[in-house]
Amino acid sequence: MSGVTLERIEQGFRMMQKWEDRYRLLIQMGRKLEPLDEELKVEENRVQGCASNVWLVSEPTDDDPPRLRFRADSDAHIVKGLVALLLAIYSDRTPEEALQVDAQAILNRLELKGHLSPSRSNGLFAMVERIRALAVAEAASRG
Amino acid sequence: MASPATHPPTDSPALAGSQSLGPRPGGSGPELDVEAIRADFPILHQEVNGRPLVYLDNAATSQKPAVVVEAIEGFYRRDNANVHRGLHELSRRSTERYEGARGVVASWLGVEDPGEVIWTRGATEAINLVARSWGDSHLREGDEILLTDLEHHSNLVPWQMLAARTGARLRYLELDDEGELILDDLPRILEGGRVRIAAISQVSNALGTLNPVAEIARQVKAHGGLVLVDGAQGAAHAPVRIPDLGIDFYAFSGHKMCGPTGVGVLWARRELLEAMEPFQGGGDMIDEVHRDHSTWAQLPYKFEAGTPNISGAIGLAEAIRYLNAVGAERILAHEQRLVRRTMKALEAMPGIRLFGPGDPAHRAGVVSFTMEGTHPHDIATILDSEGVAIRAGHHCAQLVMKRYGVAATARASFYLYNTEAEVDRLVESLGTVREIFG
Repeated sequence: MSGVTLERIEQGFRMMQKWEDRYRLLIQMGRKLEPLDEELKVEENRVQGCASNVWLVSEPTDDDPPRLRFRADSDAHIVKGLVALLLAIYSDRTPEEALQVDAQAILNRLELKGHLSPSRSNGLFAMVERIRALAVAEAASRG
Repeated sequence: MASPATHPPTDSPALAGSQSLGPRPGGSGPELDVEAIRADFPILHQEVNGRPLVYLDNAATSQKPAVVVEAIEGFYRRDNANVHRGLHELSRRSTERYEGARGVVASWLGVEDPGEVIWTRGATEAINLVARSWGDSHLREGDEILLTDLEHHSNLVPWQMLAARTGARLRYLELDDEGELILDDLPRILEGGRVRIAAISQVSNALGTLNPVAEIARQVKAHGGLVLVDGAQGAAHAPVRIPDLGIDFYAFSGHKMCGPTGVGVLWARRELLEAMEPFQGGGDMIDEVHRDHSTWAQLPYKFEAGTPNISGAIGLAEAIRYLNAVGAERILAHEQRLVRRTMKALEAMPGIRLFGPGDPAHRAGVVSFTMEGTHPHDIATILDSEGVAIRAGHHCAQLVMKRYGVAATARASFYLYNTEAEVDRLVESLGTVREIFG
């Protein structure tokens, strides 16, 4: 991650009254997200998508306990912004911390309600599911 | 029940001129009284995200007029019972309405024999039925199945599966740069004499192209092949008269033509159906059952195992009555007016790429496009915020996307209840997309 904290993002969103501006902010966040190398945009890293695709790779840190670190990308700009937001929410946490996070509540607070729903074919719901599965697996591997 | 709103009212002879399918000049007949039609569709009168709903995702599914909703509700309130077996009053009524619906479909298709009308779950099941029941017993290694690059996955995958089972080979009629089938290639494909069946869409769901199916059928049949037409888009948006098409199988879905989901039809010539094995086994499709074998019921029941979608059939028949009263020619002409207005506005917008025929008269109700610097998914998301519903994606037609080198397009698709003002809302919202993405 480029070091954008969730707190900074929430601050930014609080200043935006109009939905157009919230989308502008998301698009900006997506544009700042470090793009995933093309060779990582492969089927095994793709989480879902009919209308758009999301790719997610995880790289746990060497810390003790290790922290989760993710890189992700999407071919749609608004989704990419939402991906950046989810990375800010989940990255650099221990698996236990990650599993405590209520991403839905955060999106609701940012008035992005509805984007994180299984009925939206944008890949974000599946991305959160995969992050949580990785966190569970990581926590289990340390017994 | 209220009759559909048209102005001025027409009767069925309005359909008399609609003998052939394929490109035709739009604008024939008096214009629809769209406001009166809209009054028949309760769902249209709502706000989405604070704006009046603009529903432009009709190629995915259409909305239903109140008469269809009421027909289904009335069936469950008054007449519901299983068909074909009871000796009581409700079963008699239910059977009468269900078989009456079959008759409505038959006469709408212009065929005399209701036994040729098989109820299915939709176009997909109808195509799978043919691929299984006809394909498995009629195709061998070396035979060819002719498809096109325009096909929806539901008219591709069943044939790929059939080819894998039988060793038959798939051939494709390709598209030109404007999304029209290259008919000049057809004689070369057919000259080998190996094409046993051609499966072709009447209207492309991704681009809206009206395909010259009657002409393709004429050539394929001259070389001894059969022709299946996928009418999933066509039945809703273009006039259909089976005798004028010269085809062997016609598949369509109810939900894209103002009917309910979960019901559709396979029409096929009687002698073909007689020679085909059943698709599924179960109740209602048998004559006699023994321990080691059974004999099959007559047409159409041989292909209708299990308790059917009775209310769905009744709802679909009501939808056909509604659309008939408005007139298929006039609906197509109305859609083409909206397409023309949309294309004209989009052509003037920087960064927009339009897909499909340049001439709106070659399209039924669909405008597929991309906008430079945005993903179609972004476009649909912003439009949704403004209450405008469109589709973004590959539209279950990945061969079309590959042909034009895109992963997805945005698609606005129109129907009889859409207005020019709604086209303007679409265009205005696309302006917002442009602004946001700057």
